[in-house]
Amino acid sequence: MNVSVIVAVACAGALFGIAAGYWLPPHGRRPARNRLPGGRRILLPFTGEEISRRSFEAAVRLAKAEDAIIMPAFLARVPMNLPLETALPVQCARGMPLLEAIEQRATSQGVPVDSRVGRGRSARDALRKLLEQEHFDRIIVSADEDPRVGLSYEDLRWMLDRVPAEILILRPAPEDTRRISTEAVKGHF
Amino acid sequence: MAVSVDQSRGRLKVFIGMAAGVGKTYRMLLEGHAEQEVGRDVVIGLLETHGRAETASLAEGLPIIPRRRVRYRETVVEEMDMPAILSRAPELCLIDELAHTNVPGVEHTKRFQDIEAVLDAGIDVLSTVNVQHLESLNDHITELSGIRVRETIPDALLGRADEVVLIDLTPEALLERLRAGKVYPAERIDAALNNFFKIENLSALREVALRQVAEEVGAKRLTTELVGSREESLAADAPYAVGERLLALVEPQPSAQRLVRRAWRSAQRLGAGLDLLWVRGPGKELSESEQRSLAALRQLASVLGARMIEEESDDLTAAVVEVAARRGTTYILIGGSRPPRGLARLRVPLPQRLMQRLPGVDVRIVADRSHRPTGSSGTGVESL
Repeated sequence: MNVSVIVAVACAGALFGIAAGYWLPPHGRRPARNRLPGGRRILLPFTGEEISRRSFEAAVRLAKAEDAIIMPAFLARVPMNLPLETALPVQCARGMPLLEAIEQRATSQGVPVDSRVGRGRSARDALRKLLEQEHFDRIIVSADEDPRVGLSYEDLRWMLDRVPAEILILRPAPEDTRRISTEAVKGHF
Repeated sequence: MAVSVDQSRGRLKVFIGMAAGVGKTYRMLLEGHAEQEVGRDVVIGLLETHGRAETASLAEGLPIIPRRRVRYRETVVEEMDMPAILSRAPELCLIDELAHTNVPGVEHTKRFQDIEAVLDAGIDVLSTVNVQHLESLNDHITELSGIRVRETIPDALLGRADEVVLIDLTPEALLERLRAGKVYPAERIDAALNNFFKIENLSALREVALRQVAEEVGAKRLTTELVGSREESLAADAPYAVGERLLALVEPQPSAQRLVRRAWRSAQRLGAGLDLLWVRGPGKELSESEQRSLAALRQLASVLGARMIEEESDDLTAAVVEVAARRGTTYILIGGSRPPRGLARLRVPLPQRLMQRLPGVDVRIVADRSHRPTGSSGTGVESL
């Protein structure tokens, strides 16, 4: 084997290396958090500035186990005297930071998130409209008497009767005082 | 070179307030008297006293152009007589309620259009308006107060006014005036107190009014400073330089929601409008998940009061530049993109391309904070 063959092979190898370097992204594969699972969707509805930490953690556990996506949904209420299409900046000022906090918290645990906003005359109406538009495999809610945190008992009963999805209702527990709130947002949101 | 000012056009001064009863009309009448005392020809073109005795008594001594009667659907309605004002040709005309909608059958549908005609005739005008009548604030105030105001005026009208005067009153003082019967007759006081005139409504409206006027003042100061400079065109652009407008570039994918939320919060802080732009490739077919994401984005835009713009183009940069110019954008927000592959690495990145083609527009890349190290601001994931 003469020198020219060795040089040619070395050059070809170098060119291949350069081409591969250009073609592949700098850090190899895309991060796992960007790969959305095509399968199951877990809805995590809320109405106020806080969400039960237990329901959030249940959603994360299930999402990890089922390779599912968490879909936190802020349900905004439109007063009866306003058109249903009304923009709701004041309610959004409460709901958006919590959506951000949930998304940050879930993605940092490796669970993908796809947020939603529902709008209706009541929380139940907003949820009903959301369910008409999209299919969800599971819905996770906590039974909480505090209307700032979740849905009413009547709403839960309605869900059990009408919603074609698995519904996971977390019974009240002492640790329900632990909540994820809008203060959990990292950085200047 | 100074910006040319149409000397033949009248000057507009607007008294703005957070709600009825703060004293806008009263202050307008006081200024009318002051102008009359220095020898100017002042008339009242339209006055709404709302039955307030002290307002009516203050109008005494100022000539009033009688209203005209207009027949509409079997009833007779009284409207301002704009032709009579033009024919009387005073130096200064007082016209209350800038945002009023005229009854069909007169020259213009809106009173502010009547006022434009009066100004064009070289007559100075004093007028009044409440802050909730401003078009851009309508959604925000509707949600704050629960009452949608149908009669709105374009924000640009206030921007064109020569002077804007905020008539400020604390919510407590206004409620005291209301209870004392100085705003509405006795039979309407309870209803007013139970509906619009709540302390939280008034406090929020006062804040909105103060900020609105501060922005107007800022815009005018910048315009004034530039008059006489060598860059005449800059002066014309000055109000746009002060009035911020954000444009968020989105794609139908879940991460766009985060970008929109962040853009909306920034817009809230700046008191700015927000547009969302999705540039769709020609003939691009959307997958099912993309369709769902797009529907969710549209819904989010609607709830936030942002405007969703969808353009079809194979040149992303050109489409963004065109929309930014059309909408008067001052900030562009984009999400972090995936690392480029292959020859795409040789291209100039989108933020740089935008900065080159949109000088004067800030470009901000919105970070994903979920992987930010936990620090002092990010520790409170739960409240106990």
